[in-house]
Amino acid sequence: MTIIDEHAPNPAAGDADRPIGYGRIQRKEDPRFVRGKGNYVDDIVLPGMLHGAILRSPVAHARLVSIDTSAALAHPGVVAVITGQDLLGLKLAWAPTLSADVQAVLVTDKVRFQGQEVAFVIAEDRYAARDALELIEVDYDVLTPVVDARTALAPGAPVVRDELEGRTDNHIFDWEAGNAAETDAIFASADVVVSQEIVYPRSHPAPMETCGAVADFEPIEGALTLYETSQAPHAHRTLFAIVSGIPEHKIRIVSPDIGGGFGNKVGIYPGYILAVVGSIVTGRPVKWVEDRSENLMSTSFARDYIMQGEIAATKDGKILALRTNVLADHGAFNATAQPTKYPAGFFHIFTGSYDLQAAHCKVTGVYTNKAPGGVAYACSFRVTEAVYLVERLVDMLAQKLEMDSAELRLKNFIKPEQFPYTNKTGWEYDSGNYERAMRLSMEMAGYDDLRREQAEKRAKGELMGIGISFFTETVGAGPRKHMDIVGLGMADGAELRIHPTGKAVVRISVQSQGQGHETTFAQIVAEEIGIPPEDIDVVHGDTDQTPFGLGTYGSRSTPVSGAAVALVARKVREKAKFIAAAMLETRPEDLEWEKGRWFVTGDPSVGKTMAEIAMGAHGTVTLPEGIDGNLDAEVTYDPPNLTFPFGAYICVVDVDPGTGHVKVRRFIAVDDCGTRINPMIIEGQVHGGLTDGVGMALMQLIEFDDEGNCLGGSFMDYLIPTAMEVPDWETGFTVTPSPHHPIGAKGIGESATVGSPPAIVNAVVDALRPFGVTHMDMPCTPARVWAAMQGRPTPPI
Amino acid sequence: MQISMTVNGEDITREAEPRVLLVHFIRDVLRLTGTHWGCDTSNCGTCVVLMDGQPVKSCTVLAAMADGHAITTVEGLATGGKLDPVQQGFMEEHGLQCGFCTPGMMLTARALLDNNPHPDDDQIREAISGQICRCTGYATIVRSVKWASNHPAFVVSETPDFDAAALPAVDHSTEEEVSA
Repeated sequence: MTIIDEHAPNPAAGDADRPIGYGRIQRKEDPRFVRGKGNYVDDIVLPGMLHGAILRSPVAHARLVSIDTSAALAHPGVVAVITGQDLLGLKLAWAPTLSADVQAVLVTDKVRFQGQEVAFVIAEDRYAARDALELIEVDYDVLTPVVDARTALAPGAPVVRDELEGRTDNHIFDWEAGNAAETDAIFASADVVVSQEIVYPRSHPAPMETCGAVADFEPIEGALTLYETSQAPHAHRTLFAIVSGIPEHKIRIVSPDIGGGFGNKVGIYPGYILAVVGSIVTGRPVKWVEDRSENLMSTSFARDYIMQGEIAATKDGKILALRTNVLADHGAFNATAQPTKYPAGFFHIFTGSYDLQAAHCKVTGVYTNKAPGGVAYACSFRVTEAVYLVERLVDMLAQKLEMDSAELRLKNFIKPEQFPYTNKTGWEYDSGNYERAMRLSMEMAGYDDLRREQAEKRAKGELMGIGISFFTETVGAGPRKHMDIVGLGMADGAELRIHPTGKAVVRISVQSQGQGHETTFAQIVAEEIGIPPEDIDVVHGDTDQTPFGLGTYGSRSTPVSGAAVALVARKVREKAKFIAAAMLETRPEDLEWEKGRWFVTGDPSVGKTMAEIAMGAHGTVTLPEGIDGNLDAEVTYDPPNLTFPFGAYICVVDVDPGTGHVKVRRFIAVDDCGTRINPMIIEGQVHGGLTDGVGMALMQLIEFDDEGNCLGGSFMDYLIPTAMEVPDWETGFTVTPSPHHPIGAKGIGESATVGSPPAIVNAVVDALRPFGVTHMDMPCTPARVWAAMQGRPTPPI
Repeated sequence: MQISMTVNGEDITREAEPRVLLVHFIRDVLRLTGTHWGCDTSNCGTCVVLMDGQPVKSCTVLAAMADGHAITTVEGLATGGKLDPVQQGFMEEHGLQCGFCTPGMMLTARALLDNNPHPDDDQIREAISGQICRCTGYATIVRSVKWASNHPAFVVSETPDFDAAALPAVDHSTEEEVSA
């Protein structure tokens, strides 16, 4: 078995032990975290701070008849109770979502999902606030809910959004990509067609830290400081200015240390707004931190796509076309977070890694009586659903053709010489070498030996499965002429200052939730200007301290902000050349760069280090015409295209024939994210995503009963993998740089979450082949696997 | 009621309601915010502290129940300005990302190593199986604990001087490589 050693010396660094730029170095943020000195939102205590708690609806769909808050107000320690009626007076009862819809901050007319916000109690401490929730009396007139998206468009279905003028059904949008006529023509004449309804069920990112905020409104200046769990502080500032009417220059958003995000902390939730209202109303800082059930039941869910998928091929296994009709459950408010032009996100990359003749997809979005959201959980704007669809269909095709699924993929990959490759829905894939990654992954797995072992086990009645998935992502959104969120172009800024003594500070617009930005971005600067990473501070998460940008989600930090940082460092390096020339009394064109130093061509002993140049720039050196003092620069990076990371994953499972329990025995992941900045951090990102894949494929499910009750509202019911459910990951890599990115990097944060679920489900279905099983919907729980083995219908959980 | 306990070696006495959870007592009363809270159901383990050397989920212990006991939180792991080998191990082996579950994981690891200085992978996985990490996928946590096991007397060393100019420049824009 080949195992890639992520500890190996980094050839790019020149020094295995102390790389100055790219390479494996320890994280700069770790010393505070291992000492318990991180600073998360709930750690913040301001003088006079009050605590807020939200009363939530116990039912999914109901008219609000009355609310009596008098007993709650009389409870010791309670300072205020805010209801929807109070917010109507402030014109804050409804707030815009990230998808041109509105969302209720507190219910005024009708409850639309279980767990929806009904009232907000503000008290002297968190216990008093929770006590008072019990004292609020609410009268609900319960209505029939719309729970199953399949029934949402049926005639006579209850209308979830009857408050919207002219709204008589639950239809939100239809969206298409590709060419329907061409695709249908190929399907009509194809040798082989495989069709399957494939459900990507509702799940939740469930970061360890739930969402929360501390709002501090200062009435004399009219200034708001809001500490919140935000992956996108600058976008939040703009939105808060629009919603609240507080001028944007009077708003400071601080996103401190974030205990995991995974897309859960992109949206603006009612709790944040209520904390702000509470601070304005009481004149004191107000903290709101949700509990785990509130997090799982009300904040941004993920997926919930019902996909009718079809694949057409020749009988010898040439894939010709793909088509799909998708029913997208968006919940009670259309609050998905994705670029405006793309209501189904980037789902139209469902053509995957294959060279097709035609493709077409249609997505229909509907309202239901469930929590709003839909784009979250490391999904790269719905690439997760797209990859799952195509990789399941390819495996089903292999099964039907009785071909090896690796062989079928290898036969149909886009070839290296075809890049840049434009697919049938309009994406321009930047670079790739899919066969190389696939073959490396098969070599690491010992693929042929595994197939032999499987055959021997099958002969003995043992259930072993081998599953493959090959994914191509589209990340790093995105070119601002095509991509915006609520009108804000998806560009990111960076500012770099070199202090007189040669130490540096780089300010970025993206926000780490654990990805290690303080290390990675310091390494990018180090690589470009030769100052060691420990001498470079990375400032992020505070809108008063950083340039504008759209934040961290969709694996966009390195592709967009990383490019901004590389370019700002190059700008500083170029300025440093002119200053060095002045200091050396020579011409700039006579200087050459080596990492950390400009020197005279032909005389390497004569030169100036960055530290010397920095002192010169701030000192008394006579600077050339057009070069001002100091050593700093700023840029805003507007990406010319997205980046297209890819990977080849192989999963080996053993299924207990007596219980249906699936054990993931091995998982081999080969990833290509282009240029690798810190292999240790990359490996960590991959490991986390693979674990998400195990959760999604085998355990995690946000399900609802017929009354709209959430059945996944706690960690007792929403099962997250522990160390016992996951194997020791085997990771490898290839490097195919992005040709359009300044450092060739493509992003890695979501690759494994996107790529791993189909490998696991394909492995489970492969194990169950002796039972004639061709497809199973996630999660493959023991009950469902057992039912599949018996040929029974799938149980709900 | 009056509650007395030893926290990180220091005797403390504070007033608190009988219903106050130990996690809230530690965070809100003592202001030791390294101990985190993550769920309502004792599943996630981000609140783990040591009570008389044994890991407990402090969201499931009343502060009153800790009266007279010795509590160790993450703030008590380092002694005399020196990191516990477990803390160093988590940094060496990338055993943390967002850092939220890390204090609980490290305290469980410390208790494990106190009882079993050389655990194998399965024993480490079992020890942390009552705790959830959403970032790391656990393999690097296992490596971190192993690192600590292999460096029981680790002492932080001074970093050597660094000569940036001695290193070559590398142009990554055209790099192509395959690992094997």
